[in-house]
Amino acid sequence: MPTSISENASILRDIIMDHYSHPRNKKEINDPAYLTVHMDSASCIDDIYVQIKPENGKIVDCVWHGNGCAISTASTSIMTTLIKGKSLEEAKYIMSEFNKMLNEEEFDEEALGEAIAFINTYKQPSRITCANISWRGLDELLKEEEEHHHG
Amino acid sequence: MGKFDVDKLRRDFPIFENYSLMQNKRFVYLDSAATTFKPRQVIQAADYYYEYCCANSHRGDYDLAHMVDVKYLEARKTVAKFLNAKDPAEISFTSGASMSLNTIAYGLSDILNEGDEIVLSEAEHASNVLPWFSVAEMKKVNIKYVPLTKEGRVTPSNLEKVITSRTKIVSLAQVTNVLGYVEPIKELISVAHKHNCLFVVDGAQSVPHMKVDVQDLDCDFLAFSGHKMLGPTGIGVMYGKLELLKKMKPLLSGGGMNSRFDTCGNVAYELPPAKFEAGTQNISGAFGLARACQYLEEVGLDNIVEHERELRIRLLDGIKSNDKIIIYNKDADSGIVTFNIKGVFAQDEASLLNSKGIAVRSGQHCAKILMDFLHTDATVRASLYLYNNKEDIDQFIDALNNGGDFLDAYFN
Repeated sequence: MPTSISENASILRDIIMDHYSHPRNKKEINDPAYLTVHMDSASCIDDIYVQIKPENGKIVDCVWHGNGCAISTASTSIMTTLIKGKSLEEAKYIMSEFNKMLNEEEFDEEALGEAIAFINTYKQPSRITCANISWRGLDELLKEEEEHHHG
Repeated sequence: MGKFDVDKLRRDFPIFENYSLMQNKRFVYLDSAATTFKPRQVIQAADYYYEYCCANSHRGDYDLAHMVDVKYLEARKTVAKFLNAKDPAEISFTSGASMSLNTIAYGLSDILNEGDEIVLSEAEHASNVLPWFSVAEMKKVNIKYVPLTKEGRVTPSNLEKVITSRTKIVSLAQVTNVLGYVEPIKELISVAHKHNCLFVVDGAQSVPHMKVDVQDLDCDFLAFSGHKMLGPTGIGVMYGKLELLKKMKPLLSGGGMNSRFDTCGNVAYELPPAKFEAGTQNISGAFGLARACQYLEEVGLDNIVEHERELRIRLLDGIKSNDKIIIYNKDADSGIVTFNIKGVFAQDEASLLNSKGIAVRSGQHCAKILMDFLHTDATVRASLYLYNNKEDIDQFIDALNNGGDFLDAYFN
């Protein structure tokens, strides 16, 4: 049986380094069709903006800009690649599986793609807030989008 | 090392027994600038209130309440003696340096007129910036900053340059929390007084580590926290010269701080310090803080300075040939070492050190404006105290020199 990617530390490390060194979808967009959330806090230095463009129940674009540590930068970059082009429901599913992984619960590895690189976060509990910073932002954006349609 | 036995002293601190390992490595605590561990003596003094004399103060109708009043006053006297204050009434207990500075800033707002100036520096902690921002907005006065030298120090000649006839207040840290410089506070105070400005000292990082004599400094106000000097959390001190405190309005109003009031809104305030201690106070905290003052005196503040200096030299010596480390305050005179590893985000480095059992702080250290001066987003800060020993330093040096890749923390 081939070993799972999640058991190969050097591949996971390469994924994080790759997205940290070459973050994807990193740009600031000035367009009212995009919803923007700003994630920062007094307790850490991360200062990250996530933007999504929802259209007919789909996230047609997802970008980010700002500053963060390796973990938050890589996680944000990977998140944008995962949810771009997905429906709001699919994005929510990926988000919930990601959160399950961070909480050491059973999760759907298939859904997470490169985000599997954060499977070891539990070993450094203080980094959970780094790994999920933009996912928490996404959660806010998805709620905002829902309210917009149902509120 | 030093004039006290650090390994014997460490046995006073229960946390070293109760939390001996972090990430399965020997635990090394290098974050005392954030908060300090408490010796058993302090914990017992704080518990004494709950176990032996738990009554409210200023309600001396019965013996137990009288005993609290006596002990609470004793605690105030102990702190006054620790600072060499003229009168225990010059010591008000607060929840910490932040509350002390807020009380001072609000209290002094009465002396400010539109267009006046308050002088700070860019190396101040948020607690010595934001209360002044509020007052500046309220009274339409301007905030000015003493220019820092290229190392980041505040000098009397630079203070002289920024003070004008409109400057009413100067508020500066005696030891800055990011760079750890011991500022020439006595000279700075004398410059301010020459121009008839009041001088507020933020002593949060100095009082725990060195002898601070308020009469010798001639400061008008001094603020500090108990928890950074072996004391409990939630207790701190606002020192002020008595004649100034008498004129100053209190920030908080409530029980115990007024002598009488009527329905027309006339209030007669108590004299200091009661005027600044509205509501039931953190009596246990005051007992613990007083014991912390005594503990520091027993060890000897000069010995603590010397001990931190020796450890600092050992550390800098151990990493001096490592050209991946950028040290921002090589010449600092306190136990604070602020650095970055080239190409590594501060938080990632702190995380790597955590995986090696070492507690340091990454971030902007609540002095966000300083980062413009240092030209970096964030730094890692290691801060020493009396309970750190050579083993701590050697473990830290080893982690810095042979720490491996910053992502190791994630994949070990």
